[in-house]
Amino acid sequence: MVAIARKSGGANPLDSLRQKVAMPYLLLLPGMLWLIIFFLSPILTLVSTSTKVPGMGIGEFVQEYRWANYWDAITAMQTQFIRTFFYAIIATLLALAISYPLAYAIAFKSGRWKNVLLVLVVAPFFCSFILRTIAWRQILAQDGIVFKTLEFLHLISPDTRLTSSAFAVVTGLAYNFLPFMTLPLYASLERIDPRTMEASGDLYANGITTFRKVTLPLSMPGVVAGTLLTFIPAAGDFVNAQILGNPSTTMIGNVINAQYLQTTNYPLAATLSFILMIAILIIVLVYIRKSGTDELV
Amino acid sequence: MSDASTSAKGDLQLRNITKTYGDFNAVDDLTLTIPEGSFFALLGPSGCGKTTTLRMIAGLEEPTAGTIHVGSTEITDMKPYRRPVNTVFQNYALFPHLSIFENVAFGLRRRGIKDVKEQVDKVLQLVELPHLAERKPTQLSGGQQQRIAVARAIVNRPALLLLDEPLGALDLKLRRQMQIELKWIQTEVGLTFVHVTHDQEEAMTMADTIAVMNEGRIEQMGTPADLYDNPQTAFVANFLGQSNLIKGNVVATDGDSHTVDLFGQKVKVNKNRSVARDSSILFGIRPEKIRIQENSHTNSGCVLEGGTIVDVSYIGVSTQYQVEMPWGQELMVFEQNDDGIPPLAKGDSVKLSWEPVFSFGLNGHEDASAGSEVNPTEDE
Repeated sequence: MVAIARKSGGANPLDSLRQKVAMPYLLLLPGMLWLIIFFLSPILTLVSTSTKVPGMGIGEFVQEYRWANYWDAITAMQTQFIRTFFYAIIATLLALAISYPLAYAIAFKSGRWKNVLLVLVVAPFFCSFILRTIAWRQILAQDGIVFKTLEFLHLISPDTRLTSSAFAVVTGLAYNFLPFMTLPLYASLERIDPRTMEASGDLYANGITTFRKVTLPLSMPGVVAGTLLTFIPAAGDFVNAQILGNPSTTMIGNVINAQYLQTTNYPLAATLSFILMIAILIIVLVYIRKSGTDELV
Repeated sequence: MSDASTSAKGDLQLRNITKTYGDFNAVDDLTLTIPEGSFFALLGPSGCGKTTTLRMIAGLEEPTAGTIHVGSTEITDMKPYRRPVNTVFQNYALFPHLSIFENVAFGLRRRGIKDVKEQVDKVLQLVELPHLAERKPTQLSGGQQQRIAVARAIVNRPALLLLDEPLGALDLKLRRQMQIELKWIQTEVGLTFVHVTHDQEEAMTMADTIAVMNEGRIEQMGTPADLYDNPQTAFVANFLGQSNLIKGNVVATDGDSHTVDLFGQKVKVNKNRSVARDSSILFGIRPEKIRIQENSHTNSGCVLEGGTIVDVSYIGVSTQYQVEMPWGQELMVFEQNDDGIPPLAKGDSVKLSWEPVFSFGLNGHEDASAGSEVNPTEDE
C-alpha cells in the first residue's frame, strides 16, 4: 500500500492514500442520495402516517403512535389480502404456463424470426396499460371472440358472463404482465448451451427427461426472475380489478386507492400499503430461499 | 428397454453415407469401417465434413442417404439416447448445475444402473480426479473439465466413444499431456475411439488409423506412418506435414524405378511409390529428407543443382531453408543441427540431394498446392 502510494505520490504520500480510500464512497454518493430522498424518506413518511389517528377536523390526523392500527387493518381487510395473493399467484402461474413454451420456442426454434417475435412480445407496451385492460374487457365480452368460441364449443352457457368476474381479473393480470415473465425466461433459456441438451440425449435421456433434468434446472434463474417480476406488480395492481372485476373481486390495491382518494383515510391507506410491502418482501425472500438458485443467478 | 445401448458390439460401419445441406454436400458417399477396439482419427480442415460425420454417428444429425451399423445392429434411424455411442463434446458440454459426481453419474442413472457410486468412483480414479467429485464444473480448469467429459462418456462403456476436437480448447502443453493420457485411457478401457480433429499432430500421436477427409470424402486412410511416407494425393502430402511437390515427366523406366525429368534435371522414384497414371507426375520429397550443400560438393542419389537460399530460419533443433530453384519454385529444406557445421547463409548457391527411396510420385494432373493453404490451427 505504502509503496503504491509513494509511486503515484505527490508531496505527501498519505494524502493520495486518503484519496484512494475515499473514492468508492464518493462514487456511491449520488446513488445513496437518490435512495435517501426518493425511497427512505417516503417510507418513513408512510410509517409515520400509518400510526396517526383522526383528529378533530375533517381530513385532520394526529400522531399518536397507535401501532394497533396495523392489527385493525389486517382484521378488517384480511379477505382482500388473501384474495390479492391468491389472484397474484394464479395469474403468475398462468403467465408462467403461457410464457415458458413461448420463450422456449423463441430461444431454440425461431431461427431468423427470433427478433421479430421478441418485438411482438414487447409490442403491447407501446399501448397504454389502461387501454390494454379495457381492450381485454372487449375481448371477453358476450360478443367477443373468447365468449363466442367457448359458446360454440358448448363449454359455457349463454347466460354466464366472463367480464366483471374473478376470471377476467386474473386473466387480465396474467395478460398485462406476460412480457415480464417471457423476457427473463427467454434470456435464461437463450444462455443455455444447446450442446448440454445434446449431451443429455447422448447420455440416454429422452426428450422429457432432458427437459426435466437439464433444460428446466438451467432455466430456473429465469423462472425465479419472471415469477417475481410478474407476482410483485400483480399483487399491488388495482387497475385490472377495477376495470375487469366486480365488488367481490376487490384487491388490496383497490382498497388502498379508495382509502387515499375517496375516503381520504390516510392512516389506514398507509398502514395497508406498508403491510402489503412487508408481505411481498417476506414472500419473495422465502421464495428465493426455497428455490435455491442463488448460485445460478 | 429395447435399446442397443448395452447389447450392440462390433465394428462401426458407414455405408454410402451422404449428408446434403441445400445443394452443398457436407459428406459425399462415405463408406468406412472402423474396427472394434481401435483408436480411429478423422482428420481434415474446417468444413471437410468430419464433424458432420461424427454427429451422424452420434445421432445428432440424420444422414440424407446411407446406413450406419454397429456390428450387425443398424443404428441409422435410432434416437441418440438409444445408441451404444457416447460423445466427448468440443466444449465438453458438462452440466453446469450438477456436481462432477452427478455429471458422471448422469448416463448411469438414466439407464437405471444399480451401483452408480462404485462405477463413478472407479472412473474418477481412472482420470485421477476423485477429489473433485463434489465440485461444480465451473470450478474446474479446462484440462480437468476435459477429463471429466471423458469420464462422463466412458463410464457408460459404450461400443463407441466419439471425440469431437476434444483438445481444441487446451493450451499446447496441456494438449500434449492429454494426448498421451487419452491414448492410455483408450488402451486401459479397450473401447473404440473415433476422434475428429484438424490437428495432424494430435491425430498422428494418438490414432492407430487415420482417415484424411477433404470436401466430404476420404482422401486416404492408413496408419500415421503409412500416410506420411506414402501420400497418395497432393492434399494428403501437404496437409500431413509439409512436402515439396515438383511438376515433371517420367522419361524412362528401368527395373524398379522411374526416371523423372524436372525442368531438365533427372531424379529417380521407386515405381511402387508412384501413383502417377501417365508420364505427367508430381514429384514429391519431404523437406527433412533433403541434404543441403554448397555447389562444390559431390553427391550420390538424387541431386538438384542451381538452388539459391532465399530464407534461413534457425529454430534450434533444425534449420529451415527456403531454396529458390532455377525454374523459379521455392523448395523447403529442414536440416538437423547435428553436424557442428554452421548454417548456410541467405544468398548461398546450393545443391539439394536425397536418397531415391524417399521420393514419391503423385498424379501429375493434380493441383500441387491442394491442402497447403488450409490453416491447420484454425478452429471449426
